Amino acid sequence: MVISLGRTLVALGIVGLLLLFEPSRAIAADGPVSAPPTASVEQALTQVASEDESIRQAAIRLLIEQGDAGLLPRLEAIRANASRSIRQAIKPLMDLLKNRAKLASPDSDVRRSAATDLGSSGNPSAIAWLDAAKVNESNKWVRYTIEESAALLRLASGDPSLKVAAAEKLGELRSGNAVPALKALVEAGAVAEATEQQKVLAKTADAAIDRIETWGDWANAIETIFRGISLSSILLIMSLGLAIVFGLMGVINMAHGELMMVGAYATFVTQQCFTAWFPPDVFDWYFPVALPVAFLAAAGSGFLLETTVIRFLYGRPLETMLATWGVSLVLMQAARVYFGDLTAVVAPGPLRGGAQVLVGVYLPYNRIFIIALSIVCVLGIYFALFKSNLGLRVRAVTQNRNMSACLGIPTRKVDSYTFAFGSGLAGIAGWALTMVGNVDPGLGQNYIVDAFMVVVTGGVGKLAGTIVASLGIGGLNKLIEPGLGAVYGKVLILVMVILFLQWRPSGLFAMKGRDAD
Amino acid sequence: MSDGTTDTNRSGGLGFAVVGAILLVVMPLLNLLPPEDSWFHLSDFSLNRFGKFLAFAILALGLDLIWGYTGILSLGQGVFFGLGAYCMGMHMMLTIGKESVYGSDMPDFMVWNQVKELPFFWKPFYSFPAAVIGALLVPMAFALVFGFFAFRSRIKGVYFAIITQALALAAWLVFNRNDTNLGGTNGLTDFKQVLGYRLSEPGTQRALYVITVLCLGASYLLCQWIIRSRAGRVLVAVRDSEKRVVFSGYTPANYKLFVFVVSAGLAGLAGLLYAPQVGIITPAQIGVLPSLEMVIWVAVGGRGSLAGAVIGAVSVNYGRSVLTNYFPELWPFMLGGLFVLVVLLFPDGMVGMIRKGKDLLTRRKAGEEKPIVPNQKVVVPEGKR
Repeated sequence: MVISLGRTLVALGIVGLLLLFEPSRAIAADGPVSAPPTASVEQALTQVASEDESIRQAAIRLLIEQGDAGLLPRLEAIRANASRSIRQAIKPLMDLLKNRAKLASPDSDVRRSAATDLGSSGNPSAIAWLDAAKVNESNKWVRYTIEESAALLRLASGDPSLKVAAAEKLGELRSGNAVPALKALVEAGAVAEATEQQKVLAKTADAAIDRIETWGDWANAIETIFRGISLSSILLIMSLGLAIVFGLMGVINMAHGELMMVGAYATFVTQQCFTAWFPPDVFDWYFPVALPVAFLAAAGSGFLLETTVIRFLYGRPLETMLATWGVSLVLMQAARVYFGDLTAVVAPGPLRGGAQVLVGVYLPYNRIFIIALSIVCVLGIYFALFKSNLGLRVRAVTQNRNMSACLGIPTRKVDSYTFAFGSGLAGIAGWALTMVGNVDPGLGQNYIVDAFMVVVTGGVGKLAGTIVASLGIGGLNKLIEPGLGAVYGKVLILVMVILFLQWRPSGLFAMKGRDAD
Repeated sequence: MSDGTTDTNRSGGLGFAVVGAILLVVMPLLNLLPPEDSWFHLSDFSLNRFGKFLAFAILALGLDLIWGYTGILSLGQGVFFGLGAYCMGMHMMLTIGKESVYGSDMPDFMVWNQVKELPFFWKPFYSFPAAVIGALLVPMAFALVFGFFAFRSRIKGVYFAIITQALALAAWLVFNRNDTNLGGTNGLTDFKQVLGYRLSEPGTQRALYVITVLCLGASYLLCQWIIRSRAGRVLVAVRDSEKRVVFSGYTPANYKLFVFVVSAGLAGLAGLLYAPQVGIITPAQIGVLPSLEMVIWVAVGGRGSLAGAVIGAVSVNYGRSVLTNYFPELWPFMLGGLFVLVVLLFPDGMVGMIRKGKDLLTRRKAGEEKPIVPNQKVVVPEGKR
């Protein structure tokens, strides 16, 4: 029964994942084919290799104005035979031409990086190219970068009115890249012999810096919150399985982290199988395929662990902790011996990189994915626990084991399936964690103590407790981190958990009831 | 599980005397008298190593007191051990003086980290008595504060184990930092002398060994005295059914706090003796893993038996030092397997097995079928409250 619910969950996960995969983009050629070079360009091409500094400079200027990417192979050939000083002179020219061609690339990331490079090249002739490219640009963030780069170039130009406008524009754009240049202008305006123009410019620049920095604080705050939510969802996925088992059987499974490790290694093995046996263009599919593999591998290990060890320790939770810790040691060492220390999973294409949502706020896809996954997991577990027959039984046994047994619920079976299900959730957590770190034998240990704390703080038997506790602990962790550092943040959280337990000894959402032993 | 009094009452006195004599007199004499190539000779290294095991045994006694007798699983004993060891280590760092690599009065790692002035909390440790008292009192004070909050709010069972494990993790993180001025990852090492005696001299190590044996004996007697007192009976009662203790008019929290503080003190004493004998103390000795390993010493020896704790600490550590020497990759398998096996099959550890064997023998001698009285507490699922 649990297995079938697990299957539903797996299916849900796969569907969610499929939504993330967009149709793959075609890989484009590098810029349009150019017209044959005119005579003046031909002449410049020969002069570029001249030993005379002034002739060479003139030729390069001309090539910048009239040349295009079609000249690159020829320039490359000239460069190959030229002396060191000529090579150094030609290099920036080639970079400019290359980036100019890239501005027309169909890949927005390429366009964007070309615009950035042009902005930092300091060559004023690029302003015209950028302005031209801006007209046809449809992508919001590429347009932003083009504007930013153009403004940066104008800021570096000679015309004072252009400079003031550029400084204003950069402030409007909240461009973090412009701060050093703006600061230099402010300093230039502060010296005693500064001209009136310089002073005006300095004032504008100062206002722009103010805007940029205020925005930077906001962006930081948003990213901190995002990181907190991301850590929370990792903790949540990990703690869900732990908490359900703890609620049901009163057992903390110290090997939970190692079951995650099993899931992570299952993902790794799936990846290796794909590279070995399948063509490279379906490689990205290893990741969705690895989800059921990881779930089943971890659930199987958990089932085995329950039937061989935990079953015999019923009613002795402390001993169970110790025994499962022994198992975790064995599993960890086995992984270390078999897989070695460093194995990593390559993220599938759609999960690489990130999305820019605001200026200076960049959210990596893998983190977004984990947040989404945690939501899917919570929903899946909610349905499993509250809308299914088996969930009813699990809840009944959690509330009163003896009474449930009297009513004919096979409590041992419920234990065993639930434990396997909880372990499977650990496997899913491991599967997801391969996206944010290496697959190594210590993978489970990194977060496991935090996950235990979540379970303790959240209380037994209520899903809401686990969710709130992982949000609280994960969020606080990241909130404290910038101020106090990760280590003292952890210490502070421990203190807070202890103080919290003064107030609520059995967690956030304790079950009410009376019993005596 | 025994009720904690039987095994020490009858033949306890004689056994204590015999083992004490062997540890205190015979072992050092075997090290001192026979020529080096003799079969009976005990090398300086072996004696020193054994001294380390006996220091661990002191810690195991404390852990047995709290886990075996009171039923509270503390996974943070490594922290108390570390506090004791660091107190002693700080004293010995300061007595290195100009002999250090950089020839400065400051400890080497501070010179390295460009700390100009000795941090205030290092200053008391110039004095040897202060270091010894600190090694005992700092862990006890820490346990008092931590335990007060934990037991007051009735954190128990699995909850307490997890909180103490988090404590071990937090302590490990803090000791690893360089800015706490405790030596960072490398810890405290390169000790030269204690009270003017060179640590490199075999005589000093022999003396440290003898002191360790004496401390172990004293700790043993202290624990035995606690267990046999009225308070000890309350502790066992808390283990077996805390609610009934409450109903009988006792306050379990006070007893638990008391035993937690005592066990922390014993762990601190163990650390105090460990640091000069081993010559190094690093955060690696106080984290989550070492703290859990300490529990297995008691489990293997036999929880709820003081002799068991000592036997367990010595035998597991001996096994560890032999096995990590020959098969370093196998040790985690052995340790993990040991945990599972002991918990599943031998819940009373070695002492329990010996006792069972003895029972079988006496019954056979008596030639009668005595009913086997299960020496177990009523199993109550603790998770279901």
